[in-house]
Parts: sequence; structure tokens; C-alpha cells
Amino acid sequence: MAVSKAKSAAPDARLAAIISPVGGKWASEARKSALTRLHDMGLPTRRDEYWKFTRPDELTKADATPATLLETDEKPVFCDIDRLRLVFVDGVFDPDISDQMAMEHVEIEPLANAAEKDIHWARDIYGVLENGGQSPVNRPLAALNTATATQGMVIRVTGKAPRPICLHYVRTSETADAVVHHIVKVEAGGDVTLLENGPAAARINKVLEVDIADGGAFHHVRTQGRDHERRAAAHIFARLGTESSFKSFSLTVNGALTRNECVIEILGDNAHATIAGAAVGDGKTHPFHQDDTVFITHDAVNCESRQVFKKVLRNGATGVFQGKILVKPGAQKTDGYQISQGLMLDDDSQFLAKPELEIYADDVACSHGSTVGAIDADALFYLMSRGIPRAQATDLLVLSFLAAALEEIENEEIRKDIFGRLEAWIERHRN
Amino acid sequence: MLKIENLQVKLEEEDKQILKGLSLTVPSGEVHAIMGPNGSGKSTMSYVLSGKGGYEVTGGSATLDGVDLLAMEPEERAAAGLFLAFQYPVEIPGVGNMTFLRTAVNSQRKSRGEDEMSAAEFLKVIRAKAKSLKIDAEMLKRPVNVGFSGGEKKRNEILQMAMLEPKMCVLDETDSGLDVDAMKLVAEGVNALRDGKRSFLVITHYQRLLDHIKPDVVHIMADGRIIKSGGPELALEVENNGYADLLAEVA
Repeated sequence: MAVSKAKSAAPDARLAAIISPVGGKWASEARKSALTRLHDMGLPTRRDEYWKFTRPDELTKADATPATLLETDEKPVFCDIDRLRLVFVDGVFDPDISDQMAMEHVEIEPLANAAEKDIHWARDIYGVLENGGQSPVNRPLAALNTATATQGMVIRVTGKAPRPICLHYVRTSETADAVVHHIVKVEAGGDVTLLENGPAAARINKVLEVDIADGGAFHHVRTQGRDHERRAAAHIFARLGTESSFKSFSLTVNGALTRNECVIEILGDNAHATIAGAAVGDGKTHPFHQDDTVFITHDAVNCESRQVFKKVLRNGATGVFQGKILVKPGAQKTDGYQISQGLMLDDDSQFLAKPELEIYADDVACSHGSTVGAIDADALFYLMSRGIPRAQATDLLVLSFLAAALEEIENEEIRKDIFGRLEAWIERHRN
Repeated sequence: MLKIENLQVKLEEEDKQILKGLSLTVPSGEVHAIMGPNGSGKSTMSYVLSGKGGYEVTGGSATLDGVDLLAMEPEERAAAGLFLAFQYPVEIPGVGNMTFLRTAVNSQRKSRGEDEMSAAEFLKVIRAKAKSLKIDAEMLKRPVNVGFSGGEKKRNEILQMAMLEPKMCVLDETDSGLDVDAMKLVAEGVNALRDGKRSFLVITHYQRLLDHIKPDVVHIMADGRIIKSGGPELALEVENNGYADLLAEVA
């Protein structure tokens, strides 16, 4: 593991104060080992290569900065979709307002239950994928999560799940500082859709580890809550087997700070991974900073990966994209695609992008593109010449810009729901 | 009636005069054609009339039924009854053709104080009009002009024209990039809209289009002005002899 030295004193004090919760044998071991690696690498600082564009301070400091609750009468995302709903209030699972944790081909258990047992299948995933994702780039916040999390869901999928599982986060406290860790194991031939929505907490540190066996499929769509002052660091660690499929889409609307890291390791041949996101931010009344940091490793033959990220920014909002495709020796016939685009609705906002390719195989097709621009004047004129007023024409072009990211959502019903959220944001943030 | 008087236009970014005293009147119900060598200002005229940015009007006027076009925003000109069929229709990914057209129709209706068209009514109307232009349901669903062939894009322009029912249609080289059959189809679409009141200004390089869309008057434009106007025979003359003789006449 690569460990960077010379950390500042303040995070050190924070580190010293971290105590892992007590659990069963496997959980205690996993937490202890995560705490050890966290101490080895230290908390992130602005000097770290992958934290140059996003200040980690708010995510690493001992106490979360309070965040006011958003008052809204908007219906929650996914509420019209037939789903199994599991509710977390301020980062704590509440079984009383959740659906029964029973569904054909799926086993669901709170992390707390699994962690109490001395032997559990979760042992092979919990903190294991996270640990694997610590190289070549350190992700200390994820190690912190593994070391301290007691909340989360442990999900095992053995066949085609009849309906999506929805992790629904509700926020009632202005100060809640939550750590949530989910693991999903998709067995051979399993197929499941995981939805996540809501702001979770004033500050949330979330990890999702996904292990997909041969022929398994995992679909993931999340919205991160549109509370203006909330802060979030979310990590996904995924491991893909032969002919498996991983598809994840994130919608970020508002939020003072969002850092989404995704580490995907493609280990089996003929596998497919898609990671996509749409972010819309307006810094007029509240700061907006959204960061997608992706690392995809191709370590098998004939695999495809797609990264599609679109960010619409205005009034001093900041969007960050750091995306890497690593093609290991022997990973022939790799098809890697990466696009990140920023649409600036004014001159005050910024989009910082760092696309990277590192290729050690000679028979691969990898493409990457990154653009930043304003609304296209020709397209705007075309729409206006048909009688559509400027504001409405601009809205249509913003949706047009975001469309390519949304198209990565397979399920039409879910895609429409997400599209509706974007329309609503545009409506609220018209000039 | 479209009335352009002594219109003078320069590029906003550089000191280059494009239109140098253009005067032209298209009475209600008539079809006028404009021909002229490359760079004579034909497309600039169509853009200035419809309100595209990047141009500065330094003199003259343009009115539609007495209303000053140049003082209005592009969408207001459209609502006032002006339509420009683009030489290069713009692709808009992620916006369905149908959504786009319904938004346009209803925006115009709204600004004229009329009731919006219901989804059902709109669907009925657009299906009928699309059928006559051989535009299938698939093309209506697809994003605006994305993946359309040259011919499909031009047919889509005519469909928009048919749906928006403008008073004054400006067609900027609608025949460019079309094969003979596609051109006939587009011409039929245009002719179907001739109702004795609606006017057309057809910009073209080729007499061929005018075999299908018969003009009342043909204008020859050169160096930012109309240098000669006449009947359909003027187009034939250009087809046979080029512009050299006409340019020499006025020189």
C-alpha cells in the first residue's frame, strides 16, 4: 500500500480519538485492520494528489458542521416505484418505518446484526474491497468508515430480485454525523437494483462494497439529497466477475460538498461497468461543490467500461472530475470510454477535470473526452426562432446536455423520475 | 406582407458591411425567390430577419404586416408569424422532436394570448402533417435532428413550418443537399402551405427548386443588394448564363 507521510497535526488528533466499535470476531478484526491502515495513511489533506480540487477539511474534522434542514413539500424520489424500502433516520436504520426485510432471492440484514456474529459471509467483503481499493491511491475516509461503521445493510442476492431495494435516508437532525457501510453480494446469476435517496445526515461518510460473481448484475441509482448545507463523502468499491455487469448512476442536486469516489475492479472476462452521474449546482444562495473521482481497473479480457459525467454549474458552483482507466497487462480487447463535461451557465463557476489513462495492453480501445462550455448559441437561436422564449430554450438545452448521462439509467421508470428531479431543479433555479 | 427597406447590416465582431441597402417587398400570398452568387448576403438577410446574434443593423427597416421585426426578440418574431427554414438545421440531443415542436407551438400560442394545444390534439395534427411529409412516428420521437439524414432534416424543417403556420416563410437553401425525390417531397410540403395569404421567400442557388415551387417574382442579389427583379424567366437566365451578364449589366 502506498502511504504518504507528513500529515498535519490536527488530523492526527482526530485519528487518535477514533475508537472502533466492538463486534463479533470477523467484524472486530476487519475494523481493527481498517483502523491500522487509516493510521498508516493518515487523513487526507489538500496536499494529496487526489484532493487538490476539493478541500477535505469539512470531511476530516472531528465534528460535523451543522446543516439546516430543507423544508420542502416535494415527494421523495422513487416514491412511485414499487420497491422494498429500508429507512435510515439521521444515518440510523429504523426497522419500524421500513418494509419487511424479505424478498425472493434476496437476504437482507442490518450490518449491526451481521457484525455481532462470529462467522458471517460478509467477512469476505466488508473492508476487503475497500482495502483492495487503497492502492495505488489512498482513500482514508473509506478506511475510517470501515473502522467505525455500525450502520448499514448487508445484502445477498441469489437470483433475480423481483423489485428494487431502496435505501431511503431521512434527516431530522441539524448536527447528525453519520457513518454508513453497506455491502452487496451478488451471487452467480443474481440480478438486483439498489436505489438510494435522501440527504442522510448533516455529514455522511458512506461506503458501498459490491461483489458481483460470474454472470451477476448490479444496478444502482442514487440521489444525494438536495439539502443545501449537507456534506457527503461516498465511496463505492466494486469487484466484477466474468460476464457480470455493474451500472451506477448518481444525481447530485445541491449540497455544500459532495465527494463521490468509485473504485471498480474488473477481474472476470466479458464484464461490463458503467459509472455515470449528473450534477446540477447553483451557488447563488449556498455553496455548491461536487466531485466525482473514479478509478477503473481492467484486469481481464474483452471487458467494457463507461464513465459519463455531466455537470451544470452557475453562480460560483464548482464541479470536479477525476477519472482514471487502468488497463493491466494482458487485459486485451478492453473497451474503455470516459467523458466528462461541464456546462457553465455563467462566467463565475468552475469545472476542474483530470482524465487519466494508463494502459499496459496493446490491443485496447480507450477514449476520453472532457469539455467545458456555455449554452450553444446556434442551438439557442434555433429554438428561439421557433417561438420558444430564451429562458425556456435555455432549460431545454440544459436538459439536452444532461441527457447523455441519464441515458445510462436502464430502467425507464427510474430514468423518468430522475429526469423530473432535474426539470424541477431547473424550474427552481431560473434566472 | 414583408417589407425590407434600405437594410444595412454589418458584422458585430468586425467592420464588414454585408447588406448594403437591401430593399424587397413580398406581398401576402406571393412566392418570391432570391438567387445570387456566394457571399452576396442571402443567408445574412435570413438571419437578420429572424434575429440571430452577431449582426448589427446600421440602417433601414424590416417589417411584417407593419410590425417592426428588428426591434423584437427571435421568439417574438416567430410569434408574429415569421419562420426561417434553416440551411443547416441544428441537432439537439436529448430533446424529443415532438416535445420540441409542442413547446414551440404552445409558446407561440401563449404569446398571442391563445389557448395551448392539448397533447391529444397536438398528436392528431402532427401525425397527419408528418404523414404527408413521409416522416414516421420514429422520427417524431427521436431527438431533434439527431441522426437525421440531410433530407430528413429538411423535411423536419417543413414539418415545423406546417405546425407553426407562419405568415411569412423564409427558406434558406432548403434544396441544398437534397436528391431529386427529396426535393420534390419538400416542394410538395411547401406548396401544400400556399393558401393565397401566406408568403414565401425562397433562397436558392438552383432553378430546379423553382420548377417545383413556382415563384411570382425572382430577385437577383449581389453584394448586399437586389440588383434585378423579374419573373420566373430570370431564374432560367441565371441557370443558363450564370451571374456574369447580370453583374456586368449593373456595373
